[in-house]
Amino acid sequence: MDDMYRENILDHGMNPRNKGVLDPATIDYEVTNPLCGDRLRLTLRVDENNVITGVGWDGEGCAISQAAASMLGEEIIGMTVDEVKDISREHVFDLLGIPISQNRVKCALLGLKALHVSLHGLDYWRKQEEAAEDDE
Amino acid sequence: MAENNPIVLPYDVAAVRADFPILQIEHSPGVPLVYLDNAASSQRPASVIDGMTTYYRTYHANVHRGIHKLSEQATEAYEEARKKVRRFINAGNKREVIFTRGTTEAINLVAQTWGRANFQPGDVVLSTQMEHHANIVPWQMLAAEKGIRVLYVPITGDGLLDMTAFERMLANNPVKLVTVMHGSNVLGTINPIRDIADKAHAAGALLLVDGAQSVPHMPVDVQALDADFYAFSGHKMVGPTGSGILYGKRDILEAMPPWIGGGDMIERVTFDGSTWNELPYKFEAGTPSIAEGIGLGLAVDYLSELGMERVHAHEQALTAYALERLIEIPGLTLYGPQDASQRGAVMAFSLDRIHPHDLAQVLDAEGIAVRAGHHCAQPLHSLFSVGATTRASFYLYNQPAEVDALVEALYNAKKRFTI
Repeated sequence: MDDMYRENILDHGMNPRNKGVLDPATIDYEVTNPLCGDRLRLTLRVDENNVITGVGWDGEGCAISQAAASMLGEEIIGMTVDEVKDISREHVFDLLGIPISQNRVKCALLGLKALHVSLHGLDYWRKQEEAAEDDE
Repeated sequence: MAENNPIVLPYDVAAVRADFPILQIEHSPGVPLVYLDNAASSQRPASVIDGMTTYYRTYHANVHRGIHKLSEQATEAYEEARKKVRRFINAGNKREVIFTRGTTEAINLVAQTWGRANFQPGDVVLSTQMEHHANIVPWQMLAAEKGIRVLYVPITGDGLLDMTAFERMLANNPVKLVTVMHGSNVLGTINPIRDIADKAHAAGALLLVDGAQSVPHMPVDVQALDADFYAFSGHKMVGPTGSGILYGKRDILEAMPPWIGGGDMIERVTFDGSTWNELPYKFEAGTPSIAEGIGLGLAVDYLSELGMERVHAHEQALTAYALERLIEIPGLTLYGPQDASQRGAVMAFSLDRIHPHDLAQVLDAEGIAVRAGHHCAQPLHSLFSVGATTRASFYLYNQPAEVDALVEALYNAKKRFTI
């Protein structure tokens, strides 16, 4: 159990990096998980070479969703939009470094959902979700 | 345990716990199970589990039309279960007791039969702000279809139904149906059903009651309440999942068109059309969930033997104790009436700024099962300043030591989530 709320999760969860919306922003997108009231607003600054130069998060949610978004945000600065497209669900689980139970998957992936939907569209995200479910 | 106010329990709860197989199992090695998610579903005693298995092992056959011995036995057991439910809720006649898959199905049945046949555009369904989705969504779906409106009686700051607003809304709107939960699955509030029934009837409206959180926890007499429809689920009252009851007053049910069509609900079928069977079968199409009906009857037996007055007294004692200990925790916000005598054993709360998911997770690690989220009451939660809450709910087999375990775990969570 100490597994799940390891220091780094609590640290990122309670003190998320890149907290605060960017203004102006190239991308400004909000996702919610109505099942639990988690809300994440993602703002990105993307330059003319499609490189992500700034990330800002806002919202409220459980420690897992906040930690994942925080870790993801740190990682994508300097990546191109295409490179971000390749970030998989598994990669987010790896970043968190803890076992994610079935009921917490949506929490862990809320940030990735915001990223993929805003940059690559809802259909792209849906296909990823379905592919993951078909594997089970 | 509180030394100053010793808790008086009406029965030996250890003996009752021994009846429930799951309660004998540890959550994990060295960690006992503290099951506090009863509002979501209750556990089953061996008598219910074994009784359903016995049916499958020794007398299963299809019901109602067979002449052979097994069919007769199965039919008798199934219909005996119906009679047990009739007695349990004091319905006037067994024809008023319809087997369904649960409360949700029962409410949808009423919406789609009575609702479709009786609502005119402009009519109003009067629901409340504290309702479960099962008692909101079917009416919203009907509203889109029939051009009716759904209005919601507000709740007070104490989590009680605003009866003044209720009377005003009844007076100012063409209300055809009042639909309300007997006990709240979030706030614990117990609503004054007889009073609501009298006022609804005086205004020319019928009353449907969502009894999912009341029938399991206190004596319910549908005739004394004067409800026109009353719905509840078996799995919340130590019965099987997939079982439930719709009670309706006979003359109302007689006038209603059937719901699902097929075998058993008919009297005569020709190529040109069909006539309907008598009550209750008019609303029970196809082969029933026979094992589940029998299981529900066995659940009623268990509860009747324990006595619903005593179940209620047990829960009241636990509720009072839990409230007393929970309110002491700094940073804990308890939703609903703060007075134990005005509420059932359901407690939704927030703790500091800890998200309910995280709280439920750390509680689970200590063997404590609670629920996190909006508990199928999103509209209610929109009135709170938080999107989701954590909920602990007690039942006839919970004990004061489990309240202590919950409180201790909450204090541990406070420490863990402080950086």
